[in-house]
Amino acid sequence: MIIRILIRNAFRHKLRSILTITGIAIAILAYGLLHTVIDAWYAGVAASSANRLVTRNSISLVFRLPLSYREKIRSVDGVEIVSYGNWFGGYYRDEKDFFANFAVEPVSYLNLYPEYKIAEREKTSFLKNRKGCIAGKKLTERFGWEVGDSITLTGTIYPGKWEFVLSAVYKGKHKNVDETMFFFHWDYLNETLKKERPFSADNVGFYMIGIDKPENAASIAEAIDTTFKNSLAETLTETEKAFQLGFVAMSETILKAIQLVSFVIIVIILVVVANTMVMSVRERTAEYAVLKTIGFSGGHIAALIIGESMTITLIGGVFGILATYPAATVFSNAVGDYFPVFNITKGTILMDAAVTVIVGLSAGVVPAWGAMSIRIAEGLRRIG
Amino acid sequence: MNMNDSIVSIQNVTKTYKRGSEVIHVLENISLDIGQGEYLALMGPSGSGKSTLLNLIAGLDQADSGSIEVGGIDITALSESELARWRAGNVGFIFQFYNLIPVLTAYENVELPLILTSLSGHERKEHVYTALKVVNMEDRLRHYPSQLSGGQQQRVAIARAIVTDPTILVADEPTGDLDRASAENVLELMDRLNRDMGKTIIMVTHDPWAGNKAHNMRHLDKGVLSNDYQDSHS
Repeated sequence: MIIRILIRNAFRHKLRSILTITGIAIAILAYGLLHTVIDAWYAGVAASSANRLVTRNSISLVFRLPLSYREKIRSVDGVEIVSYGNWFGGYYRDEKDFFANFAVEPVSYLNLYPEYKIAEREKTSFLKNRKGCIAGKKLTERFGWEVGDSITLTGTIYPGKWEFVLSAVYKGKHKNVDETMFFFHWDYLNETLKKERPFSADNVGFYMIGIDKPENAASIAEAIDTTFKNSLAETLTETEKAFQLGFVAMSETILKAIQLVSFVIIVIILVVVANTMVMSVRERTAEYAVLKTIGFSGGHIAALIIGESMTITLIGGVFGILATYPAATVFSNAVGDYFPVFNITKGTILMDAAVTVIVGLSAGVVPAWGAMSIRIAEGLRRIG
Repeated sequence: MNMNDSIVSIQNVTKTYKRGSEVIHVLENISLDIGQGEYLALMGPSGSGKSTLLNLIAGLDQADSGSIEVGGIDITALSESELARWRAGNVGFIFQFYNLIPVLTAYENVELPLILTSLSGHERKEHVYTALKVVNMEDRLRHYPSQLSGGQQQRVAIARAIVTDPTILVADEPTGDLDRASAENVLELMDRLNRDMGKTIIMVTHDPWAGNKAHNMRHLDKGVLSNDYQDSHS
């Protein structure tokens, strides 16, 4: 009976309720998408491993480190794998066709990243072919590449046309893995540099280091940096997570703005639902007086109003959450170049649900309090 | 029917309202006894305080001073929540504008007071059918108030008032919004509830024709209850 009253009251003014529910659904959708954007920003951080360190030039990432550091890093206690690479910065066909591309030492790099799933045959083919390259599945889908295709990148940091053969396609072991990256043999880059720009050869942009235990990360990082103290190229070693967070920090203001906007959205839906509830309760003052007359307590009245608020908000919230999935797909297709990992997480859905419940409860509290305080005689006078 | 046993006993009740700095004396030192099974009409012009007195008897408002006992319970000593529980079990209300809940059917409106009780679904159903049969509305169970005439709505409201088998029935201008034929119908029904079922009814009206249908009449004027106790059928 109570549920029937809640639902019928919620839809007493169909147009008003539908508009309110639509507003809530859009707001929850926007809130969910903004949260997913924030998650996408942190995707690199989420995908980082506690067993990996990054060593770079302490002055800036744009300055390089000698290749000769590799053996010294390898000799530090706790270091298990040392790989290295350079940010290549090339583009395909047109500058708009940009994606992350790196020259890496292939064997050690693939050992460091077991989350890249590659068919064994393709991996062998890649390792054998000096001009071979690996691309993520999403990247190959974007450009329609298939294994065996020739790909030409135009270098920006390393000018010229660079020819590659797509030897392998990797897939992520889990959803957080970025499938839009492109890797090729560091030796191919270095040998070309030796011929054309010898002063740039035998230098790497970063070392990726695999360590034995995450708890040793701080001491290993310190040991590496101490090794190169007072050298021409001092190092800065940090965990992969800290390294990724450094990139995120560059966009901190934008992230804060997005968080502020999502907070504003919550306030807006709260006001919209509260307005609907205040109007409904004002129109039904006499009815609540009648209910009190026949024995309903203030608590019963409050439960009816908050229940109605929750009914409207939950319906809107469910529609909003359901709409988030197709909207995220459309959004991801549109801005996939900027957000290679754009997944709706359980956390986002839980946040959506929590916001829905909080808004439903909060929007009903003030009108419920007002209705509880109605004096029966006064409420009955409003009839007629 | 023994009307010497008082079901309602009002002693020296005073009620004032404040309008800004002005104090309005609505009821002045009212004393009144209403017997078990009595059908009383409280008459008086607009603003005489009759509805206020009815509200006090029904536990909808609090007196400034004096005591009101209904069925042996001093309701002036009850808290808001105790009063709500007391009303649910002891008072049936009939309003001028019926006050049915528009989103509920006739059946659901009558069932409404019963959801506050511990009755099972089956027992509630039986009570509702009985109440609707008494008011001759059992063929309009699934109708919403907007699908019923004023007289039919008032009969559903009466069914809602009697469904909990209350100690007293209070009616505030029950025919005030009805045409004469429907009003006649409603008053006949109330008369039947009093005569056949022994219900104590206190009706407020300013309409002498309606007042004459009650068995007794008391007049209120400017908050003072006249001493004449009129048997409307004498």
